[in-house]
Amino acid sequence: MCSYKLSTILATALVAGTALAQRGPDLGVVATSEQIAEWDRSIGPDGTGLPEGSGTAAAGAAIFAAKCAACHGVDGEGTINDRLVGGQGTIGAERPIKTIGSYWPYATTIFDYVRRAMPYLTPHTLTDDEAYALTAHLLHENGIIGLDDVIDAESLANVAMPNRDNFVRRDGVD
Amino acid sequence: MTDDVNPSAANLEFAAGNGLVHRRLFLQGSALLGATGLGLLTARTASTAPPPEVPEWMRAPGAPMSPYGGRSRFEEDVQRIVGPPARGTTGAGSSRTPLERITGMITPNGLHFERHHSGIPDIDPNRHQLLIHGLVDRPLMFSMDALHRYPMVSRIQFLECSGNSRINMNPEPADRSCGGLHGLVSCSEWTGIPLGVLLEEAGVSSDARWLLAEGSDAAAMTRSVPLAKAMDDAMLALYQNGEALRPGQGYPVRLFLPGWEGNISVKWLRRLKLTRAPTMTKDETSKYTDPRPDGVAEMFTFPMGVKSLITSPAGGLTMQGPGLYEISGIAWSGSGRIRRVEVSADGGASWADAALTEPVLSKALTRFRVPWQWDGGPAVLLSRAIDENGAVQPLRNEIIAAKGLHFYYHNNAVQSWQVASNNEVKNVFV
Repeated sequence: MCSYKLSTILATALVAGTALAQRGPDLGVVATSEQIAEWDRSIGPDGTGLPEGSGTAAAGAAIFAAKCAACHGVDGEGTINDRLVGGQGTIGAERPIKTIGSYWPYATTIFDYVRRAMPYLTPHTLTDDEAYALTAHLLHENGIIGLDDVIDAESLANVAMPNRDNFVRRDGVD
Repeated sequence: MTDDVNPSAANLEFAAGNGLVHRRLFLQGSALLGATGLGLLTARTASTAPPPEVPEWMRAPGAPMSPYGGRSRFEEDVQRIVGPPARGTTGAGSSRTPLERITGMITPNGLHFERHHSGIPDIDPNRHQLLIHGLVDRPLMFSMDALHRYPMVSRIQFLECSGNSRINMNPEPADRSCGGLHGLVSCSEWTGIPLGVLLEEAGVSSDARWLLAEGSDAAAMTRSVPLAKAMDDAMLALYQNGEALRPGQGYPVRLFLPGWEGNISVKWLRRLKLTRAPTMTKDETSKYTDPRPDGVAEMFTFPMGVKSLITSPAGGLTMQGPGLYEISGIAWSGSGRIRRVEVSADGGASWADAALTEPVLSKALTRFRVPWQWDGGPAVLLSRAIDENGAVQPLRNEIIAAKGLHFYYHNNAVQSWQVASNNEVKNVFV
């Protein structure tokens, strides 16, 4: 890979007078692909990083009832923690109801977040199939997919979230 | 200064309505003021009885040295305002800096605000590693011992949660202390490694534009950061105000992105992945975005706007009757230095320039001060900051006119304090 772009950014930073006066002692140890695979559990919006496995809403309902409903309500209506279902049409209102169905722009975010941080008290206990099934259940409860639609690495990245086009980026990155 | 500085109301040089005195009084006449009884604000009931001529603490030797210093027992009530954790959780929530009880520009480590998404992890630094991978020539793992050998920089910079001050978008003003309203902002001297040094060692690919930062807490908090910011002034912070980061601030290493919303300065940093595009994590899509009245939501609104607060007099403090006071507060901008702070004592009808306390640093809290001769009547105190780019802190009604009541984050509106004849100071909307 070439690094000319980085040089450009560095030069810009130096002109701005903010940056890199130092040079490091190069003490990093090259990571193996096995180490990286174990650590890298983030999922990109194009599906990058999604693992093998699959699930359906039909399978996810029972998992949700057992592991999620205590905090999010039997139907994802929100009890002691966030509401996950409904709220469509409220985003321009003074009290928007931001749920997966009404607000979230990418379905991949559901899998990523559920697998990394849920259930709240016991994160990193779900299998990939369970995370897929829960993702399918939440999409189905929001009327986005059917009860028996299979969610896997390929289909999840292709789910069109209803509110996707109502975001504008302000980062200025091309 | 000269003998003609006499801080009696008749001789004061007023700079704006309702008793605002020219800042020159404090800049040049401080010795005289000390002798004439500058009004002090209190947050506790003080004894008015004079001490005996030789108090008991002079009649016997005092306490010995100690391995780690604590506060006077008389200051133990200066505490963070700890909100209840989100229901069903133990450590998801925030605690706020008691801004009206501290001064200067540095926040003591024990009073720095906290915002955690799943509690504070108890990380063993001997087992913590940082992985840099993705679009790089060489994916690298760094132990904490390795990181501590890198050349470091120190900078004094603020950190503000983008949800700070949100409560003042409620229809009615909440009766809270200054810290209770606005205490999700703090300022420290941060010491650590310029992130660009490590990225350069890994060799960033020409098609990388972003990096994903991941924390080592139970929420595995993640945010996407533009590469340009990472190469500009981003730091891997290891120290805060001269000592190792506190666990609540990301021990043993956190990302620190000066001037940007606090959530993106990921604590307990374990992984940086170079990517072409943002990862679109939960926090940057479902949470830290700004819905507009037209139903469109803005993403990646990183810098915190120009802002100021009067921290004394302020909610949580009580006046001590008419007289000369110092109005004191903090100002900051996520885009650079504070150029000017104006203060009003008549609800915005007239304004006086405040004195800025040196040093005035980029993306740091700046302390401002202006003298005020309070006549004991009703007053409404405001401050308004202007940064070096000319950005002016907006009034609350100006923000609402522009954004409606739809937004949640990035409230940098002017704060108004009503001072009443009964010595109470309260949050009001003007």
